[in-house]
Amino acid sequence: MLTLNSAAAVPARVSETRRFFKVFFSRGFVVFGMVIILGFIILAIISPYITPYDPDVPDLAARLSNPSAAHWLGTDTIGRDTLSRIMVGSRTSLVIGLGAVTLAAILGMGLGLMAAYFGGWVYTVIMRFVDALMAFPMILLALMMVALMGSSIINVIIALAVGGLAGYARLMAAQVLSIKENDYVLAARSLGSGNFRVMLRHVFPNTVPALIVLITMALGGTILAEAGLSFLGLGIQEPTAAWGGMVNTGRQYLLSYPILSIAPGGAIMLVVFAFNMVGDGLRDALDPRLRGIL
Amino acid sequence: MFTHILRRLVQAIIVLLIVTMLVFLIVRLLPSDPIVLYLSQTEVNVMNDEQLDALRHEFGLDKSLPAQYVEWFGNILHGDFGRSILKRIPITHDIFARLPITFHLGILAFILSFVVGIPVGVISAVRRGRWQDTIATFLANIGITIPSFWLAIILVYIFALKLDWLPVQGYTSPVTDFWLNTRQIILPVFCMCIFPVASSARQTRSAMLEVMHQDYVRTAWSKGITEQVVIFKHALKNALIPVITLKGMSFSMLIGGSVIIETVFNIPGMGRLAVTSVVNQDYAYVQGIALIVAFVVVMGNLATDIIISWLDPRIRYA
Repeated sequence: MLTLNSAAAVPARVSETRRFFKVFFSRGFVVFGMVIILGFIILAIISPYITPYDPDVPDLAARLSNPSAAHWLGTDTIGRDTLSRIMVGSRTSLVIGLGAVTLAAILGMGLGLMAAYFGGWVYTVIMRFVDALMAFPMILLALMMVALMGSSIINVIIALAVGGLAGYARLMAAQVLSIKENDYVLAARSLGSGNFRVMLRHVFPNTVPALIVLITMALGGTILAEAGLSFLGLGIQEPTAAWGGMVNTGRQYLLSYPILSIAPGGAIMLVVFAFNMVGDGLRDALDPRLRGIL
Repeated sequence: MFTHILRRLVQAIIVLLIVTMLVFLIVRLLPSDPIVLYLSQTEVNVMNDEQLDALRHEFGLDKSLPAQYVEWFGNILHGDFGRSILKRIPITHDIFARLPITFHLGILAFILSFVVGIPVGVISAVRRGRWQDTIATFLANIGITIPSFWLAIILVYIFALKLDWLPVQGYTSPVTDFWLNTRQIILPVFCMCIFPVASSARQTRSAMLEVMHQDYVRTAWSKGITEQVVIFKHALKNALIPVITLKGMSFSMLIGGSVIIETVFNIPGMGRLAVTSVVNQDYAYVQGIALIVAFVVVMGNLATDIIISWLDPRIRYA
């Protein structure tokens, strides 16, 4: 009986991995999203070395132009090449997106784990605090914090992380509370595993699929929020290139030079779309039951 | 059900209390002297220490933090949100004058997210894998992605600047000129509703697909009931519960969206007031707006909770 069971379990594991890749890559949009994300990351790393022009150096002789052979996406008010600035702007988006999501995930998961682990009044205090954070729209919270702290890269990251951590805390607490009820947790306990070991070995690994999906989708959302902040003039400041800020600057010349706004906005759209599609694909491949929750 | 609602009400009040503490502390916990936040830097520079202390006393900043909080909170309960540093006026009236404008746009966008988003989600679930589903899903994925400010700029370029069909910006009260108001709010409401419409459609689709596999839906089919009755009475009614829960949370997204959209279209609502106050570092306004927004969001969630417990007997009798 025992051998039969373990023999059956081995091929099931292999096909689980295979099933993941099969489901994940079955949709064209997910593959498209993966390509865009990879391209985005590579661009963010190598862009300073490959831009056709220096993205920060003004060229007043070439100020405000529509696309041409020399400047594929035109130039801005002080003659900086739009294409070069979009390429370098990917760094701002990636650094802030990754930084804010990592910080939010660590803080949020910590709070959620603590709440679910200790339960009782600790749970109540933490979750009500999280509810209070969730009562503020992310962009408003970030706006307030950046206004108070100043808009350096670190402050924008902190502001967006505080705006986003409530989601992780709620998900983590809900997941841990439901996983704790499973028979295998009871089994581990009855075999003498302590609280810490049960959390680390049996509870936490089961929250990972939901976290991966949430993090992927949050990356898109955070990049969008950062673009919103810099569009309002409260994110990363000039001369550092940020896509949202570029859309805003171009707005004053919309009638004659629409490309100044439309091109950087297109970049935001493409990257956020890619993260959303990959997030969807990961959810369906990792755990279809998460549909409707994430 | 009554105890459930009562429990939720108490919870909402506790959350609102924490919200007021957060809003109070976020300004006080900064390293800088709060008096600098309430005056401008130039004013602080020309004053001597005695004058500053006199002002601290006037603003109540010489008391302990808890005492300051109690006083500030007490004033808010009396409807006094404080005074603006820049405009030197009490801000309560100003904020409440702008609230209806933000609500006007927000409520229209919220209604659209139901009347457009849910039917699109139902069609796409019922015609799963067909062209209707492919198009609807693609558009919904674009809708949850597109930056609202970018969409706004493209639409202004096409419909206001190139075609000259709609005004570029502005807001006129619908009481003064209903037709002009309608023309002015078409683009902003469209931009604000795109995200909620698309996310409703996506949530409805996945909730419907989930429900369509349930035994009772299969039973309904096998009883020979018409497609319409199965879809609307058996499936949709149950699928709507998670959708409504998520809709309740979208209040905060809508108000967050108004911050950007009101700025793009130069609409004198609360969202734009929030941005200008943040830029001017007028913290009394920032605190006041944050409080009102959080209040609206918490009340919205509470209302959703009550609706859900009324719709879903499993919660009502739990």
